[in-house]
Amino acid sequence: MSMRDALLAAGFVFGGAVCALSAEAPKLGIPISPADVAAWDISVFPDGRGLPPGNGTARQGRALFDAQCARCHGAGGRGGTAEELAGSTSPLNGPDPDKTIGTYWPYATTVFDMTRRSMPMHAPGSLSNDEAYAVTAYLLFANKIIAEDFEINRESLPLVKMPNRDGFDRIDAP
Amino acid sequence: MRETFSTDDLQPAAGGGLLHRRVLLKAGLILASAGAAQPALAAAGKKPAVESDLAHPSWTREPGQPFTNYGLPSKHEAAVMRSVGANHDVPGNGVSWTPLESLEGILTPAGLHFERHHNGVPAIDPAQHRLVIHGLVKQPLMFTVESLLRYPMTSHLIFVECGGNSNAGWHQEPIQRPVGSFHGLVSCSEWTGVPLSILLDEAGLDPKALWAVAEGADAMLMNVSIPVEKLMKDCIVALYQNGERIRPENGYPLRLIAPGWEGVLNVKWLRRIQLTDQPVMARNETAKYTELLPSGRSRMFTFVVDAKSLLTSPSCGQSLSGPSVYELKGLAWSGRGRIAMVEVSADGGASWTRAQLQDPVLPRCFTRFRAAWKWDGQPAVLKSRATDETGYVQPERAALVAERGRHGYFHYNAIVSWGVDAEGKVSHVYA
Repeated sequence: MSMRDALLAAGFVFGGAVCALSAEAPKLGIPISPADVAAWDISVFPDGRGLPPGNGTARQGRALFDAQCARCHGAGGRGGTAEELAGSTSPLNGPDPDKTIGTYWPYATTVFDMTRRSMPMHAPGSLSNDEAYAVTAYLLFANKIIAEDFEINRESLPLVKMPNRDGFDRIDAP
Repeated sequence: MRETFSTDDLQPAAGGGLLHRRVLLKAGLILASAGAAQPALAAAGKKPAVESDLAHPSWTREPGQPFTNYGLPSKHEAAVMRSVGANHDVPGNGVSWTPLESLEGILTPAGLHFERHHNGVPAIDPAQHRLVIHGLVKQPLMFTVESLLRYPMTSHLIFVECGGNSNAGWHQEPIQRPVGSFHGLVSCSEWTGVPLSILLDEAGLDPKALWAVAEGADAMLMNVSIPVEKLMKDCIVALYQNGERIRPENGYPLRLIAPGWEGVLNVKWLRRIQLTDQPVMARNETAKYTELLPSGRSRMFTFVVDAKSLLTSPSCGQSLSGPSVYELKGLAWSGRGRIAMVEVSADGGASWTRAQLQDPVLPRCFTRFRAAWKWDGQPAVLKSRATDETGYVQPERAALVAERGRHGYFHYNAIVSWGVDAEGKVSHVYA
């Protein structure tokens, strides 16, 4: 069958629905083992799946934050050129709402994931798991969600209930 | 044979001097256009440095330049460029805007496609780039770029729009910027690549796989969750943009294309798709790309781009050169399907008439519209209003703000109003 015939047979529609070409697909995917997948899989889910071993407290995280994060996020997570992380002074339903981790972010796991995945922006991926847990703890403490000596780890982090956990309505997905 | 123009055609179709759209289909009517920028107007009246014989210009009397391996725009068009807005501490975090006011037709040149990067454009070696599909599948798979190039492909001629496009519309005062630097986080391309359904079928979907987490290979490892239903329906792993391999800033060597859904879901530099039973609740689907409402609750997973239109000419910052018949032209698009109708108003929305939609009118693609307007030299307010094939009508700004407040930031799609003063200067107004 020529490519043209194959396309016609499969119902190729330009600009419309994706054509059904599976039967023609060459199947060139290379199987990979669970061990190899593990090196790629850094996803962290709200229930804690994907969190690595390690731990940290706000007391440990403060020095890291001051050294690596405050230049952009401001001292205490406020007043820099990057987005405000803490120190909200006005509520979400007020005239000038302040969206911070403490007032807006629905899941504490997202703080760890973003920190480990993307931060600091001049050296992303450079934090150890302990350091990422410590910075997470500091940000939760700066938002008055946990105490300064509360240990954040793979067990305790998913149990931290964020103030805005139930503040979202799903629009285009169940 | 084309119909000829008659004076009857100058009878208004709506207030403020709007003419019937049939005028555009007839010969004999000369349309003025809004002066774009000061340099162009100045240049028109300025004598060239060396007087030349216009009938025999120098370039007709000497050999031209030789061939080029990759063509570039004329040096005389150097001012047509993306405008960049970035964080000075982190220059790779920001946006660049498509100069909509300088472009015609419906396709955006790849070099002018808008950009949103969170931490710069990665310098990916395609030989070392991999796409991994894993999670709730029968067999986790890894694909090389070279292997993906051997799969059957399909094309989508579609727009991609950032969820944060037009967000200055929420401001208290109307922002005074060229239309592209306000609404230009939207562009339209032909994207070509492998239907994702083929790759997911190859890996074998577990029935429990309702969501997928898509991740890019940039310095942010940007990730978002997407319903599997959408991936199976019409998403592609795109390798080509407008016929050539995707530019680095648009996702080279491959990106996800999710037709009609907000830009952040069209993950650039795609490297991993993890099938799951739930969304991962990444930063860019919780802290960002959600819309806070006046009640204090927020809209989440607002994937679909609602219908929108705007006039690109005349538009903010341009000038009309005096009373005349002008061509109004603009763009309309909807993430739900085809544009069914665009109406224009020259009296601030008191009366409307239908604009001419230029073929082709494709689903989830830019649609170019045109209308004729006889300006009498009095102040006027120009608007356009899109209706898509689902019946959705682009809202007035007041209605959108009444529903959403002013702090949602994302998904601003209200009717855009341009004010024309007695001198012909065009500015952005809320009307």
